[in-house]
Amino acid sequence: MSSPMRIRAVEEGGVTTVRVLMAHVMETGVRRGADGAPIPAHYINQVEATHNGRNVLSANWGAAVSQNPFLAFRFRGAAKGDRVAVRWTDNRGGTRTDEAAIT
Amino acid sequence: MKANRRTVIKTSGAMATLVALGIVTAQQAHAASRPGFEARSLQDALRAVGGTPATTDQIRIVSPDIAENGAVVPVGVSSTLPNTTEFFILVEQNPVPLAAAFTIPRGTEPDIQTRIRMGQSSNIVAVARSDGRLFSAVKETKVTLGGCGG
Repeated sequence: MSSPMRIRAVEEGGVTTVRVLMAHVMETGVRRGADGAPIPAHYINQVEATHNGRNVLSANWGAAVSQNPFLAFRFRGAAKGDRVAVRWTDNRGGTRTDEAAIT
Repeated sequence: MKANRRTVIKTSGAMATLVALGIVTAQQAHAASRPGFEARSLQDALRAVGGTPATTDQIRIVSPDIAENGAVVPVGVSSTLPNTTEFFILVEQNPVPLAAAFTIPRGTEPDIQTRIRMGQSSNIVAVARSDGRLFSAVKETKVTLGGCGG
């Protein structure tokens, strides 16, 4: 069970700023364990953010996004109280969705 | 006879075996469906993304001049180009230069921040698609301690 994302969405002057901190190991696949065997890649490769169900950002990531990925973006057309949801999918089919209300 | 059977078994299990042996990483096997993420050079990545971008000063890259920890380098990309619908962030010296691709729907500002791994000091290349055409800007970030852990 993955840890929850921290999502903060603040609306000001018609623009909502969303900051997300995801919990994920983001293993690149090039590291080797103590025995010398490569540690398999395990990283978020797709992210989708929605506002009231409408897509406001999509992302494709490689293994070069840092561990516990941070993402910030801004969009228009939302009001305080609306929901912003963020969903990530990783290269092993793992997935997680969290949401927050815009303050 | 023996040689034929071995060849068939080898070929059919080839990709899975390569992944299991770590010769081909799982990342590379998966990346076939996402253009650019299997490219191992900046030029190949740009070609996969759609061609050679025109340089512009309307893309801004915010990143440290010197990053102490290459595993966590904050990068911000923004564009004042019209109708920016996509961003690509590439790290020229990384083993796989394409780090992230973003699709910006209407209503979303072309202004993204994230954190990336840099294996060594490198140019960060930000590419934006504006009205269907590709543009790019470059900023060098020096790295004190490389971030791929390899």
